Amino acid sequence: MSAQSAFHASAGDLNAQSLRADARRESLRLLALLSPSLFLVFAIIVMPIGWLFWLSLFDEAGVLSSANYARFFEQASYIKTFVTTFKVAFIVTGACVLLGYPLAYMLSQLPRRAASICLIFVILPFWTSVLVRTYAWLVILQRKGLINSWLIDLGVISQPLSLANNLSGVVIGMTHILLPFLVLPLYASMKTIDGDCLRAGMNLGAGPVATFRQIFFPLSLPGLASGVVIVFVLCLGFFVTPALMGGGKVIMWAMRMEQTTSLYSNWGAGAALGVVLLVVTLALLGLFQWLLGARATGVWSSR
Amino acid sequence: MILSIAPSALPISMRRIEKRFGSVAVLRDLNLDVEAGEFLTLLGPSGSGKTTLLMILAGFVRANAGSIKVGDDEIITTPPHKRNIGMVFQNYALFPHMNVFHNIAFPLKQRGVASTETAERVEKALDLVKLQGLGERRVNQLSGGQRQRVALARAIVFEPRIVLMDEPLSALDKGLREHMQIELRSLHRRLGMTTVYVTHDQREAITMSDRIAVMNGGRIEQLDRPETLYATPQTRFVAGFIGESNFIPVECRNGSVWYEDRRIHTAAPAPASGQHLMVVRPEKLRLLANAEPQSGVNVITATVGDIIYQGDSFVCYAALRDGRQLALRDYCRSDVLARMPAPGQPINLGLDAQDTILVASD
Repeated sequence: MSAQSAFHASAGDLNAQSLRADARRESLRLLALLSPSLFLVFAIIVMPIGWLFWLSLFDEAGVLSSANYARFFEQASYIKTFVTTFKVAFIVTGACVLLGYPLAYMLSQLPRRAASICLIFVILPFWTSVLVRTYAWLVILQRKGLINSWLIDLGVISQPLSLANNLSGVVIGMTHILLPFLVLPLYASMKTIDGDCLRAGMNLGAGPVATFRQIFFPLSLPGLASGVVIVFVLCLGFFVTPALMGGGKVIMWAMRMEQTTSLYSNWGAGAALGVVLLVVTLALLGLFQWLLGARATGVWSSR
Repeated sequence: MILSIAPSALPISMRRIEKRFGSVAVLRDLNLDVEAGEFLTLLGPSGSGKTTLLMILAGFVRANAGSIKVGDDEIITTPPHKRNIGMVFQNYALFPHMNVFHNIAFPLKQRGVASTETAERVEKALDLVKLQGLGERRVNQLSGGQRQRVALARAIVFEPRIVLMDEPLSALDKGLREHMQIELRSLHRRLGMTTVYVTHDQREAITMSDRIAVMNGGRIEQLDRPETLYATPQTRFVAGFIGESNFIPVECRNGSVWYEDRRIHTAAPAPASGQHLMVVRPEKLRLLANAEPQSGVNVITATVGDIIYQGDSFVCYAALRDGRQLALRDYCRSDVLARMPAPGQPINLGLDAQDTILVASD
């Protein structure tokens, strides 16, 4: 009877007060443990981005104005850069999907040992500097480069193909550099597809093609989506490869930023470019999230 | 309302199946006939080759040699999607990106069945496995038992000639498993499809099967009805794998059987000579009041060890003179409990001659 009444009386609950105090102390301790990393996030992410935003609000004379943003609508070259950036991003992402999907599929079907050897070749370029790889492509693709001289020697072509210093050079170089970002998440998601599901498909009367189309491909889509998101977003801010392989003809967003700040020393305009890129990227991620669900953007925690 | 499968049930005839993985022989010269409409279980420990045999039947594993005939058709080289064999996988292998309806409709879609007929047949199949109205559910919203039923419905909805099941109940908890055993059995009785079922659980095999093929080391040790298998195991392995058994070494001389200096009576004619093992099942032993010989009863003298109380029954462990342990199980009736010996006490155990089985001591 006394236990029953104690159960309902809130003030008289056994040790309730000290348990609450203990819970409070624990959350404070956790906050204290978190504080170094919170400080880091603030110092190296929140502050610089806030500063960037602040800078973008001042024109060259140091007066508060919206001139830096108005320029996007007024100057045709800005719009052209914007369009070029998206065009390159689309083409490179498309090329990565076309090359990466079969590659990831092959890797996922190989026996474990062979797959890990092949994976090394996928990851190996990661350990080489982007700059070095880009120059290597330049050597291979330029007017008197390996490919052109071979093709001419073989008599396939009489005039050298223009493979570098234009859009195709940019696309080839960027596709090579970004391919692993598509292959790795895609491979990881393909490995989680239950082999019994494919066997069940065949058992129920679907031939190899139908099993791939109706079972394997839909189940690999979350991995494909996360790979596509990563590659696309990385494309938008890519600098080194388009700068070197574009021959000055392909101006992408990041190159524009570099020009504005180092060539013209217009920090306000450069900052505005950065802010717009950030906002567009976040908007795209939001769009992907909305279209494909959390699985697409939560890359490394897929399943 | 019932899917009509019975008329199309076909027998399976497997001949001289060989399968090696590298240098390891998994199946050796295996012959097995499954009758039309029969529920046959492949029972064996892991590594006995039972799953490999099922995979060869389904077409997922290629045998090194042999023939499989379904009816009159040779299918050993037929690809899996043309075999028209339904299969329930151990982990169900439901398609996670489809709902229940589309999972079950999948085999019908592959066969180009019209959508109205598909809807009708899926509905019937759902009815049959007692999942009415769950067609729109996603697979991950189902419980283990419900997934099991969806997998079953998917395997029978296209009226296959044969249904294969690979330990389909092993992921369910005990109560649900026993319930599903009975349900699978009655479903089989209603539909009458030829069924090959794989399990390592001997109780499950005994409960469900028309016949059981006990497999060991890539061979079939014995193929019989459950009662026959239990009552007259032909090898030591079968006697040990099906039910509990203790083995007592006996010697055969001139057509009679001897344990130490005592003559053992058996129902079957005794082997002429050699060392054999007497199979002693715990529930076949009785506590005798004294050591006086009775006709048709073999008497074994032992010393009581532990007595373990299990509610409805008890198990009494008794040691023979050579240290060998025997177990005796009986129900807790008051007359038995009244005569319950104390640990350390000598007892006389009776085993009827009809229940005395000998197997070769390999």
